[in-house]
Amino acid sequence: MVSLIVFIPLLTAFFLLTLNRNAAELARRTAFGASLFTFVISLGLFTGFDSETAEFQFVERYSWISEFGIEYYVGVDGISLFLVLLTTFLSPLVILSTWSSVEHRVREYLFFFLILETGMIGTFVAVDVFLFYVFWEVMLIPMYFLIGVWGGERRIYAALKFLLYTMVGSLLMLVAILYLAYLHNAQHGTLTFDLLRLYTLEIPVSAQMWLFAAFALSFAIKVPLFPFHTWLPDAHVEAPTGGSVILAGVLLKMGTYGFLRFALPLFPDAAHAAVPLIMALSVIGIVYGALVALVQPDMKKLVAYSSVSHLGFVMLGLFAFNIQGAEGALYQMLGHGLSTGALFLLVGVVYERRHTRLISEYGGLWKQQPLFASVFLITMLSSIGLPGLNGFVGEFLILLGTFQANTLAGVVAVSGVVLGAVYMLRLYQRVVFGPLTQPENAKLTDLSRRELAIFVPLIALMLLMGLYPKPFLSRMEKSVEATLARIHKTADHQSIESVESIGSVESLGRLSLDPTDPKDLKGPIDLKGAS
Amino acid sequence: MEHPHAAEVAVQTVSYLRYIVLFPLLGVVFNLFLGPRYGRQVVNWVSPGMIFLAFCFAFAAFVQLPDGGALVDSVYPWIYSGALHVDIALRVDPLSGTMIMVITGVGFLIHVYSVGYMAHDDDVVRYFAYLNLFTTAMLLLVLGDNILLLFVGWEGVGLCSYLLIGFWYTDDEKASAGKKAFIVNRIGDAGFLLGLFLLFWSLGAHGVWTLSFSEIAAHASVLPVTTVTLICLLFFVGAAGKSAQIPLYVWLPDAMAGPTPVSALIHAATMVTAGIYLIARMHFLYSLSQTALAVVAVVGAVTALFAATIALVQTDIKKVLAYSTVSQLGYMFLGLGVGAYAAGVFHVMTHAFFKALLFLGAGSVIHGMSEEQDIRKMGGLRSKMPTTYGTFAIGCLAIAGFPLLSGFFSKDLILEHAFGSPHGSPLLWLIGTLGAGLTAFYMFRLFFVTFWGENRSDPEIAHHIHESPQVMTMPLVVLAILSLIGGYFTVPELLSPLYGHEHPHVSPLVKYLPTLLGLGGIGLAYRLYVQDPPFVPGRGGADRLSRQFAGLHQLLLNKYYVDELYEAAIVRPLLAASDWLWKVWDTVVIDGLVNGTAQVIQANGSVLRFWQTGNVQTYALSFCCGAIVILGYYLW
Repeated sequence: MVSLIVFIPLLTAFFLLTLNRNAAELARRTAFGASLFTFVISLGLFTGFDSETAEFQFVERYSWISEFGIEYYVGVDGISLFLVLLTTFLSPLVILSTWSSVEHRVREYLFFFLILETGMIGTFVAVDVFLFYVFWEVMLIPMYFLIGVWGGERRIYAALKFLLYTMVGSLLMLVAILYLAYLHNAQHGTLTFDLLRLYTLEIPVSAQMWLFAAFALSFAIKVPLFPFHTWLPDAHVEAPTGGSVILAGVLLKMGTYGFLRFALPLFPDAAHAAVPLIMALSVIGIVYGALVALVQPDMKKLVAYSSVSHLGFVMLGLFAFNIQGAEGALYQMLGHGLSTGALFLLVGVVYERRHTRLISEYGGLWKQQPLFASVFLITMLSSIGLPGLNGFVGEFLILLGTFQANTLAGVVAVSGVVLGAVYMLRLYQRVVFGPLTQPENAKLTDLSRRELAIFVPLIALMLLMGLYPKPFLSRMEKSVEATLARIHKTADHQSIESVESIGSVESLGRLSLDPTDPKDLKGPIDLKGAS
Repeated sequence: MEHPHAAEVAVQTVSYLRYIVLFPLLGVVFNLFLGPRYGRQVVNWVSPGMIFLAFCFAFAAFVQLPDGGALVDSVYPWIYSGALHVDIALRVDPLSGTMIMVITGVGFLIHVYSVGYMAHDDDVVRYFAYLNLFTTAMLLLVLGDNILLLFVGWEGVGLCSYLLIGFWYTDDEKASAGKKAFIVNRIGDAGFLLGLFLLFWSLGAHGVWTLSFSEIAAHASVLPVTTVTLICLLFFVGAAGKSAQIPLYVWLPDAMAGPTPVSALIHAATMVTAGIYLIARMHFLYSLSQTALAVVAVVGAVTALFAATIALVQTDIKKVLAYSTVSQLGYMFLGLGVGAYAAGVFHVMTHAFFKALLFLGAGSVIHGMSEEQDIRKMGGLRSKMPTTYGTFAIGCLAIAGFPLLSGFFSKDLILEHAFGSPHGSPLLWLIGTLGAGLTAFYMFRLFFVTFWGENRSDPEIAHHIHESPQVMTMPLVVLAILSLIGGYFTVPELLSPLYGHEHPHVSPLVKYLPTLLGLGGIGLAYRLYVQDPPFVPGRGGADRLSRQFAGLHQLLLNKYYVDELYEAAIVRPLLAASDWLWKVWDTVVIDGLVNGTAQVIQANGSVLRFWQTGNVQTYALSFCCGAIVILGYYLW
């Protein structure tokens, strides 16, 4: 089933090439049908998922390049399940938006988009680290073309910046991956890229530092963590609507997913040592992203900087190293995918009608476009974390977890909640409220049926995730606990220290996981000496 | 004070409390999806009807409430993450029971009134959708069995105030007022959240993992006092935001930008009472911290007096009422802060009656005066609007603490506690007493210049002045009756299972001085605004006073320049800093480094030069070569 989900988009992509160059409508329908079909199949992952286990499920495993121990090894656990679903859910909606947002070379656009979908899903389901890397690279190229061909005025600059920046990071990661396989060979006599076996490696702390740094840099650029974020506003502004939606909705999560899946559990000692640095950068990113978003004249840039702020929250949650922080981070990854994806789609709606993204060109749209204004309102509220919508659950859990891990970081991050309301409300007021000053805006039409069909599922899911998070959280819990156990495996010392900062010591029960699983138990390592 | 522990309280499980919240929510859904199709006539019935149904269920719960016990309705599990378990669960006890009666009762009257008030507005469907949502959120706030559910309602009322204050969105100023309300509230919410986090982890450190009020109450005593104080102060930041206390009161006076019934809803039945409710709900924590109580009392007392002084000189009918709300909320906090929780909640109720009455009365005046809000252009309305006049008079007497009316009982109770309670002090009492005199003065200033004397409006408007239709005057009459008799509802008795029975004995001077000052204030207003003609430059005592103390008068008229101060000290620096961060730091420094690195590589490395061609095939080739080299290095 997993392979089907991964490869249907790819097969469809190549099928599109057999179509007539100018059969745009047919290409759209084919691509939409295929991506919708992929989504329906992926729902089987949700319904068939066993939330009682942390193991990978729906596993498919074949030897691929046996000389190097490289396997085609895919599966889904509580961490990747919803990211796969997010990808398969957003893809048909994006394709639906191409009916109006893409006018030339539709077939090629969809070709690249479907390859991108395969790359994204593959990245999330790969259990073999080399396979992960292959999919990781597969994602880059189509995105490069989507920005570079269908983008705005400075599209070449933005596409190249996106590509080079990401490549620099991933090259370092490749070196680290190869080193891991080599280390496994040295310790156990076999060459493997199987993540589960690599988890069991005993890596010297000094080597962990380098390996962690290589992975972390690659992922931090992708997140993007402050100060590696400057490619993002450029890429977003120049990318076509669909590109922005997928970039913000899914691609940014690759970075945070990478931390949770690879960098943290593989190198727990280094991860612990990096906590102060990453937390500081995350907190700076939260406040900084929000402040810079506040003064943006361009809607897409505003949303791009808001992503820097939101992803800062996700990073904080991940580095809180407790269940609330990690689950909150995962939840926020999904929530941000929905709300920011919807925001870019909304910008697309008015951009297609007016061909400008400048906030000052709008104002008073409610009267002309009540449906647009209402969808925008709910999306904005989801983005600023209003209870009852998806954003709140993630943000709340992250802040709760962070507060325990590092009170100061928690306090500063809470100020990001206030600033988030400031820039979004300002945006909303200047676009939707006020008098209708521009005569061109008086001719704006409200959402079409097709556009409604894009937004209704998004809003329904925002409400569902806000009102009834249990089906989501319960499926995440076991895998998140297992990952946290790996992170805490060698580093019990520090978790106690961080707890003392809020004046209490009876701490270990609060992690609600069992850090003393006998088969994982190792002697505590003195990290002060290491770092 | 002795507080019964959760375990001793008789708790009865029922499954109908959810309908108290669901009916208004159903109204929202109906308005959003079917309202546009069925139109005004149907919406006019459905929206108030849903609130009435909620009132019926609230009443049933209130009646069924076991003596000193509680009703609980667990609906479904909400957020479960690790040790955090939060359910959607509702709870009615004497405190929330009182609140839901006020919210649904007064809320229903405001809905009915709105039918008349909004009769000429095209957007009535959207209006009622918001109004229903507002009531839903407030009911959720008081019924929530745990802090997080309370917070859902808490944010919900913030949202609705945003939507309703900015209801006439084409006016930028009104839209801005809505935004200001939301953002200032969010600042308070940040305090709320931090308080919640600290409470959760501090209790968790003792093995108690809960956010449910009854369980927190049962275990609060394990916490060290400093932690309790900090938690209480953080929650108080939230309360000060929602309930408009210094320094976060600035949104409330602007909030009158919304339709007048909305002001009534915000100021009386919902929203601003949330902060009072929060502290009354968490009284078991506050009672553990002398410091926190003292802060609440002092902030309350100072706000009560501070806002009253501003109200003395305002000339917009709604603005006077708005500052009077800030001031009255100060009294409620004063009550809470001296440990007189029951008195504070009692004042919430009586205030809901007379403030709803006053705002709806003001709305009736504005409606009759063709949207005029400036009291300098009113006068002589008593003959033209007799019902509004009579009911407004009762409202003014009630808020002024006229003997035997509702405000008299609750305000006096607060002031007696402020003097005689172990947490009180004569100074707090004195501030409150002075404020009581000022309240009577500014309310009757408003009353006299609006309803007595000669009419000062344009002849064109004067010609059209009319009494409001019955659908608007009936709620006024009901609220007037409630303002008359509300003091006899024995709320403190009802709440005694939660707060105990204490009633301090104070000397007659302490007991009656506030009332005497109140009567004096009425007399002074009569002297200055009835015996002298009001608002005639160069004539009359009020005019002479404002000239004699021109500096003070300007200071009060400009509301102590607090808005200007915030603008200069916070808003503008924040925007300037953001602008600098973007244009200099982000664009020049960080991005300059990024692009500079790329350029350095381009300039120095001939091998790397073709990276800049943007040719991906070339890139892929070099990438593969590199990978093979590295792979080779490690493997062989």
